Amino acid sequence: MEIIKRKKALSVSPLKSSQTVGASLAFLGINRAIPMMHGSQGCTAFGIVFFVRHFREPIPLQTSAMDQVSSVMGADDNIVEGLKTICEKSNPALIGVPTTGLAETQGADISGAVKTFRDKYPEFKHIHVVPVNTPDFSGCFESGYALAVQSIFKYMLPAEKEINNKVGSRKKQVNVLVGSFLTPGDVEVLKDIIESFGLRPVVLPDLSESLDGHLTEQEFSPVTIGGTPSSEIETMGEAIATLVIGPSLYKSADLLTKRTGVPDYRFDHLMELDMVDSLMVTLSELSGQSVPEKLERQRAQLQDAMLDTHFMLGQARIAIAQDPDLVMAYSQLLTSMGAEIVAAVVPSNGVAVKKIAANSVKVGDLEDLELIAKENKAELVIGNSHAVESAKRLGLPLLRAGFPQYDLIGGYQRVWIGYQGIKQALFDMANIMMENNSHEIEPYYSTLAQKPEYLQEVG
Amino acid sequence: MGTLKAKDIAALLDEPACSHNKKSKSGCAKPKPGATAGGCAFDGAQIALLPIADVAHIVHGSIACAGSSWDNRGTRSSGSNLFRIGMTTDLTEQDVVMGRGEKRLFHSIKQAIETYQPPAVFVYNTCVPALVGDDFEAVCRSAQERWNIPVVPVDAAGFYGSKNLGNRIAGESMLKHVVGTREPDPLPESAKDLGFKIHDINLAGEYNIAGEFWHVLPLFDELGIRVLCTLSGDARFREVQTMHRAEVNMMVCSKAMVNVARNLQERYDIPWFEGSFYGITDTSKALRDIARLIDDPDLIERTEKLIKREEAKINKLLEPWRERLTGKRVLLYTGGVKSWSVISAMHDLGMQVVATGTKKSTEEDKERIRDLMGDKTKMIEGGSAKELLNIVKEYKADILIAGGRSMYTALKAKLPFLDINQERDFGYAGYDGMLELVRQLALTLESPVWKAVRKPKPWATSINAEVVKVTG
Repeated sequence: MEIIKRKKALSVSPLKSSQTVGASLAFLGINRAIPMMHGSQGCTAFGIVFFVRHFREPIPLQTSAMDQVSSVMGADDNIVEGLKTICEKSNPALIGVPTTGLAETQGADISGAVKTFRDKYPEFKHIHVVPVNTPDFSGCFESGYALAVQSIFKYMLPAEKEINNKVGSRKKQVNVLVGSFLTPGDVEVLKDIIESFGLRPVVLPDLSESLDGHLTEQEFSPVTIGGTPSSEIETMGEAIATLVIGPSLYKSADLLTKRTGVPDYRFDHLMELDMVDSLMVTLSELSGQSVPEKLERQRAQLQDAMLDTHFMLGQARIAIAQDPDLVMAYSQLLTSMGAEIVAAVVPSNGVAVKKIAANSVKVGDLEDLELIAKENKAELVIGNSHAVESAKRLGLPLLRAGFPQYDLIGGYQRVWIGYQGIKQALFDMANIMMENNSHEIEPYYSTLAQKPEYLQEVG
Repeated sequence: MGTLKAKDIAALLDEPACSHNKKSKSGCAKPKPGATAGGCAFDGAQIALLPIADVAHIVHGSIACAGSSWDNRGTRSSGSNLFRIGMTTDLTEQDVVMGRGEKRLFHSIKQAIETYQPPAVFVYNTCVPALVGDDFEAVCRSAQERWNIPVVPVDAAGFYGSKNLGNRIAGESMLKHVVGTREPDPLPESAKDLGFKIHDINLAGEYNIAGEFWHVLPLFDELGIRVLCTLSGDARFREVQTMHRAEVNMMVCSKAMVNVARNLQERYDIPWFEGSFYGITDTSKALRDIARLIDDPDLIERTEKLIKREEAKINKLLEPWRERLTGKRVLLYTGGVKSWSVISAMHDLGMQVVATGTKKSTEEDKERIRDLMGDKTKMIEGGSAKELLNIVKEYKADILIAGGRSMYTALKAKLPFLDINQERDFGYAGYDGMLELVRQLALTLESPVWKAVRKPKPWATSINAEVVKVTG
């Protein structure tokens, strides 16, 4: 597999979302949390719009509000002041501080600033503060999210030397690290699966509790209204195992394993029969329980769906653009059905890129996707809402996946994983292929025919 | 009981052009209660005529007949799509008990004419009105007089017999009421100084499934052959009217409407032959037969040239596919003509047909199979899905090629499958159709899903995680 690097100067119809936004999402999966972007107020304003349109929820997101003076003279004080203000006003359980390109360029010392804050305001020591370096000039959404998860471990778990081996003292607890390509709907289903083995999942970040779109008694909240409780994060060292979903999180998982000694089980994704089978085997082994009949039946349903849909998806020519984990997952699912990935574009390199089931992967933008899809005669585009126009220009149908989906309602609740999620994904893709049958034979109008419609057209 | 008399049915079954008439009537056997598959006479009649695109097709009966069968998507039209609009009298209990069926039919015809202004209305009689004794032909006659457009009765109650009989009833209705009621249009100006003579032909039993006939029609245009009518794919009413003026009739993959060809031969002295557009060999043969029967030396010469060019072109395009498909073992399970016409297409690809279904095949069809295959091919005289799967195993078939109904039998047995029934979405006819055929064959034969669905649950055998286990 060949990775084709970015060659052109201009990014046209950008595919990339920033690391800062990705990191913010990870923090939004923690209960009573609020991210405070360290940057100018615009960084946060754009971030809010990005999430509000996707999730159709109010999004708690603050800013260190760097201005002209602080941008030049140093903005570490803005962090201290911002943290204090949020603590006073909202009393959150956690404040995440992802940095922006502006802050990084200026030379922010976020850990120093957090230390200053701690020294100056000991009355807020019960509130977790997790800074993370996520400049938007490197990586993408997915890597920012992964860095935030890593920072959570760094700041919330005891350092290695302090390991007081409690591994497995919570006999039913399984830690689950979920990548940014899982929707809140996916996470909810994953938890159900784990619980059906009699295990207790502690999911990080748990967007299925915070951004699943549920109504509460509380009319307004300045912080997240659900998610992983920070108290649960502190117990991660007592679990029997950690499941990691998505290669982008493997490095974060390394830190968790190093700090806690809890063994981890890694899954590139859960969008293919074999992968879900592996999950079942692992859960069965961890719990000592056999795979529930209900899941066995769902497996058999998926196999049947694979047969029914292979006619439409076999040899289907797919163009896909998203962050690496997601492209990898879809590419493996589709090629397992006999489809071909004729265009694969990622916004930046990542560990999963090597695992993408395509001849080549382009690091680029949606213009690249358009060009490659056109050249390779793609039949279906998979991408975010920005790809709508690209698909239109290509005259192809679009399946929306990943971030952001602002022209589709319920994208955040869509389930893609597990036997059932895969089944529905196959049905949907097969339906799109049927509706847009590119093998339809063009009518031929014989010049000799006696058909009245033709005669009328002639004269 | 009905208007179609027992002797009319017998006459339709007694088709002199069928060779099996002299032997056992395998094609027209009496259905066996409890062990019968396949459609009824209404089904056969409707399927045969529905593709006539600009006609208002009214099913006179209670809802089950039209309700379960309308909106047949297989066939394609290049213009009018009126046939895609389902119309039925949807008889109620009141209509049946009070004898209001005829009145409802009359008003239904009026409504169809007023709403859609069709050039003609076809009325299909079904079991309930036939049994009640509605004089639906009289209603058709009055409606025709009243609105001055052809209203054609198609007396096809399901209990008259099989789908095959229904095809013949359909043909009979066309012969009786439509064919010969109009002379063909004069040739268009553009066709006058081409330097060769334009000849007229008909194709019967060609349904333009998925538009596949559009792969063939350009060749006819090039040769100067005007298709007066295809009965009935992408046909129009006014085309059917002129069928009596053809120089040749080709029966395409449907022996069932052979009564049309025979009748036209008797009445108008039009020669006919049976052919198929599936596969290279058969497509070329069909073109040759047409030229031969028209007996125009110039046409014969130009046809040979065209065949040579087209065969060279398609053979080159098929080259990479042949490598992938050659030697694959096929079990063909279809009715009638397709039982031999598809064999030829498989042979063109180097595939081996190990068994073929002959349930709906005539004696002639079987003769052709023997010619093509020798005696080594198993002929399957019907049977259950289970028997079919046993044959698959016994003959080590790689793929089942059959109608849509057998699809799920194959899939449940985890066996690759190709649909060649009329509901399919892909066209295989003509030289160009071969490309779609090979694509579809390779798609299912080479699909990775077979391995995945045959894989047993990993935990049923052993509980060993295949995942990477990392301990810090």
